[in-house]
Order: sequence, then structure tokens, then C-alpha cells
Amino acid sequence: MTAAVRRSGGLAVGLSAALLAAGPPVRLTAQDSSAVDRGVRIGILYRPGVRPGMVVLTRRAPVLDSVRLIVARDIDYSDRFELITLPGGDSIRLAAPSAPGPSPAAGTGTGKATGGAAAAAGLNYPLYQALGADFAVAVTPAGADTTVITVHDVAAGAVRRELRARLPPLADPGFRMAVHRLSDRVLEATLGAPGIAATRVLFVMDGKVYVIDQDGADRRLVSSTDHAALSPAWGGDGRRFSYMEFWEGHGRLFVQDVATGKRAPVVTTGQALDFTPAFSPDGKTLAFSRATEEGTDVYAVNSKEGCCLQRLTVGRFYDNLSPTYSPDGQRIAFVSTRAGLPQIYVMAADGTDQQLFAPFDYGATGSSNAPEWSPDGQAVAFHRDVGGTLQVFVLDVRTRAVRQLTSVGRNEDPTWAPDSRHMAFVSDRSGYRQLWIIDLETGRIRPLLQQSGARLPAWSPRLPETAPSTP
Amino acid sequence: MKRLPLLLLGGFAIAAVAACSGKKPETTPLPQTANADSAAEAQRLEDERRAREAADAAAREAADREARQRVADSLAALGRTTEAVKTILATTIHFDYDKAIIRAGDASVLDQKVAILQTNPGLRIRISGHCDERGSDEYNLALGNRRATAAKQYLVSHGIDGGRIETVSYGEERPLDPGHNEEAWAKNRRDEFDILAGGDALRQP
Repeated sequence: MTAAVRRSGGLAVGLSAALLAAGPPVRLTAQDSSAVDRGVRIGILYRPGVRPGMVVLTRRAPVLDSVRLIVARDIDYSDRFELITLPGGDSIRLAAPSAPGPSPAAGTGTGKATGGAAAAAGLNYPLYQALGADFAVAVTPAGADTTVITVHDVAAGAVRRELRARLPPLADPGFRMAVHRLSDRVLEATLGAPGIAATRVLFVMDGKVYVIDQDGADRRLVSSTDHAALSPAWGGDGRRFSYMEFWEGHGRLFVQDVATGKRAPVVTTGQALDFTPAFSPDGKTLAFSRATEEGTDVYAVNSKEGCCLQRLTVGRFYDNLSPTYSPDGQRIAFVSTRAGLPQIYVMAADGTDQQLFAPFDYGATGSSNAPEWSPDGQAVAFHRDVGGTLQVFVLDVRTRAVRQLTSVGRNEDPTWAPDSRHMAFVSDRSGYRQLWIIDLETGRIRPLLQQSGARLPAWSPRLPETAPSTP
Repeated sequence: MKRLPLLLLGGFAIAAVAACSGKKPETTPLPQTANADSAAEAQRLEDERRAREAADAAAREAADREARQRVADSLAALGRTTEAVKTILATTIHFDYDKAIIRAGDASVLDQKVAILQTNPGLRIRISGHCDERGSDEYNLALGNRRATAAKQYLVSHGIDGGRIETVSYGEERPLDPGHNEEAWAKNRRDEFDILAGGDALRQP
């Protein structure tokens, strides 16, 4: 089962993902490369800086072209593989489907090739191995509405897994998300790591809340009223989200159901300026900031039953805001101006035991804001004023070490992907403010949305299968 | 025929003066005490104290009068209509970057609003705090709230009932100047003053 990663050095040709990706990858210039990979890798000898090669095989099956493209892009955007584009595009093809056992190791695979994958079983493994591929993925149809993705372990010379899925029709609004789920299963089958393809990002543009797939496709308006909206935030189950709207100068919080699009105001909010909602991981509690004449403080309310308002901070002469829960629900990181400029603090979820979280030099360190706790609990991302512009930082929760992640342009409002290694944020590095995604492990960065004015992104958890429509 | 009202008025005025002079209260005599020396000394100290207080009060009153006069003069210079008063009321005040402290120069702008609010007891206003685009989007809501509250506290500390003033914050969401330079930022770091009620017929202070 163990397959050594083979990377022949002379294969620089065709490693670019440009054919498949929406835009060319850009690399950060000042990137700390000391990050340690946390991904679980089954059957791979992991060497830092080297990613397993991956080929997404082409086929003459127009119906599946979009599936193949989406899967290829998802695999590319996972930043866990060197995506290998075959030289000459389609010139290197699968071996003839009828050719029996051209690969010496084909028969030893644990996953017995059957049905639609029988054709793919005749893969010329040594050839792909020579190209530097560790895995190959083939998309084939099986029957009327079933799609089969065959994952080949090139080094082992065998089919590793066959993934079958019933995809909705191309025109169905759920099509892309269904394909994204397939992509995540490919990642699971190859590296044992859960992917982030089936995720979306909420953001604000022109006072409205939008959602977009993590690959930059399928942008949709999810909340549009006459009231300007801010600060969208996902519920931990990915079935609902909260955001704030201005109502006659007050800030009112809403919780909206993803499946139905129905929304309800959060009780007790709307009488003051309530903003920056944040769900507790169990989804029961909604913490938020409330600005009154006494200043701004962190409150929490039972969002399920709409009761039990609780004040978590009391800062009469300073502000406390922007709460974010730790994934175990025990702690809340937040912003406080108790030392003058806003900095990142932490407290127990009931408001006790408040203390500084991200260390700073008094009088030297700039304002720090917009904290978001990573889904794995190990880090808190935030942005900090560095020389008059904002940069994204990451706080290591255990060591409390802070490292600067960005340095080009103004970078703000980071939000974690569920894999805790990707992050979306707002940057003006291209000349105007837009949404970008960075992979903390490789430093690779790509635009999520090439449109000016998008801000305050919130990355979803792994999204559930389409929720049953609630009455 | 046109003289009659004038004559009548004159008659009223004379009658009024006569009524006033007839009602003048008598001065109450000072109470006598047994110890004349100590009483005289106490009286002298008391007189001195009263003289000092009177002088202080006179000075304070003069200063107040002068301040009121300055405000009144500046208001008078701008006209006497409701619209003019509204214009003065709507004058924005501005803030330094990431600060919510009333600038010295803006105190006089707020003094005008104090005078208007005092003259028009039915007037209710809303102060909205705003920020420039440089800070954090969400933090700016808290900062704008501080700015609105700072202006309200100034008005309240000058005798205006806090119940007549609402405060809100729009952070950086409603810039006055869409530019991305210091000039625009300086304009956008502001408090705005809007009339909530009682603004139909405003009186000049």
C-alpha cells in the first residue's frame, strides 16, 4: 500500500495548472514557509515542499466535461497536489479500453475494477509514473445518471477507489455542489484528508449579502433589502447564517435558513446597534457586539429559543467587540480597546477569565481587529495595522506566537476554510479591494472574486447534503 | 384713526409701571444680637464674603452673557428663519483619526446646538457617528458610536436633557466624500446631526 513519492526532476514541463485553473496562481513574496503540514496522508511518504503529482485524465465525453473541469479545479485548489497537465493536451490518452492488462501491476489493485471503471483499468501506469504522477483520476459515465470517478494509485499500479455518484442535471442549481462533494471524496480516497471543495463563502458587496462557491463560481445574492447589511457569519452546521442590517440607525441581527431563504430577526436585537454576530459551535448561542452610549460590549443570546440575553463584557470606558468562538465552544476571542488601541483578547464563553490573547508591544503595535478562530482550534487569524495599512496575522493558540501572513498591499478580514489551512481575505494587492484565498501551507494565493467592493468574507463549514425542504 | 392703538398702548404701559412701584416689598431689618463686638466682626466678614461672591457671580454672569451673546451674534449673522436654524443644527463636527474627542474648535459648533436646543424644547435630534475607510470595517461601528456619544455627552453636560438626543453609528458605511485621500478621510470622520421631532418651526436663540 505504501507508495513512495516519485518526482523525476526533469519534469518541470506542464506542471502549471493554468489550463484548468481560472487564473494563474500567484505566490506571496514574503511567505513564512515553516508551516507544518497537518494533513493526514495515507500511503504517502511525506516530504515537506513536495506534493504528490495528480493527473486528471481527459476523455471524449462532452457531458462529463464540466464534471472533469470542476473536479480538476477543486483538486488544484486543494493545494495538496502537483496537478500535472499532460503535454499536448489530449495527445496522451488512456490506453485502449479493450487492451487487456497493459500495466504489469493492474491486477494487484485492491479495488477491483468493475463496470464503468473497467475501461480505465487499462491505464499505462509506467507512463504516468514517468510523468511524475502519483495519482490519476478518470471521470466516466455509468448508466444514465451515474458518474464514476476512478482514482488510480499510479505508483502502486492499481485502482485505489471507485467513487460513484448520482449527479443532478447540469442545469440543476445543486449540480456544482454535488460535483464538489465528489472532489472531496477524491481527496479522501487519495490522501485521507477531508477536502473543502463543497464549501461556500458569504460576503458583503454594496450593502447586500452574497454567497459564492469556494472555486469562485455560482455567485448568488442571498439577502437584499433596502437596509444595508454587514458581517455575515455561518452557523456551525452550514444550514443557516446570521448577519446584521442597519434599521433606522439601529443594528438588527437576522438568522437566515440556507435551504428556504427565510429569515427571522434575532430577538432583543434592533433596539441598539448590534453587529458582528457569531454562532457558538453547537449553534445554540449567538454572540454579538452591542454599541450603546456606554460603549460597545459583547453579548450573547440563545438564538434557538430567542431568549436569555447575557452580557459578557462590561467595559464602560472602552469597547469590546467582534466575538469568535473556539471550536469546542469553551472560549471566545474578541477585540478590546482596554489598553488603548484595539487588540485581541480571550475569555471563557461565559465572560469570565478575560485576558490578552495576541501579544503586542504597547505604543508600537498597531490596532488589531477582526479575529476568527480556526476550525481546528489551533490558531486565531486577525488583521493588524502595520505602518498605516492592514495585514493578516495568525496567532498560535498554544504558544501565543504571532506571525504575519501577508505583506503586499492592504489585507484584512481573514476567514478560515474548514481545513484550517486555507483562508479567504480582502486585499487590494491587485489595485482594488477584492476577495482572495491563500493556502497557508504552500503560500499559494488566488483570487476568489475578481470584482471590486466585496468584503467581510465568511467561509462556510463543510456543507451538508441539500437539506430537506422545511415547510 | 391710526393713532388710537398707540395711545392705548401708552396708557397700558403707564398703568403697568404704576402697579409695579406700588407693590415694592419692604426691606426686612437685620436681627440684633447681644454681643455687639463679635456681631460687628461677624457682620464684617459676612459682608466681605457676600461682596466676593457677588463679584464672582457678576464676573461669571458677564462671561456667560458674553458667551451667549457670541453664540447669539453668530446665529443672528446667519439669519432668523427655521431653515437657517436647521442649517446651524446640521453643522457637522470632525474628529482626528481613530479618535472620539471633541476638538477645541468644534466646541463652539456644539455650543450653538446647545442654544438651539434650549430655545426649542420640543426639538429632538439624532447624532450619527461616522469614520473614514482606513480602519477596520466592524471596529469603525464601535468608533462611530464613541464619536456620537461624545457629542451627546457634551450637549448633556451643557444642560440638554439626554432623552432628547439619540445616538447611532454608521462606521465607514456612509462616507460623505468617496475619495481615498486625506482630504476625503478628514471630511468623513464626523458627527452628523439630524432632527427627529419638533423641527417644524424653530426659534432663533
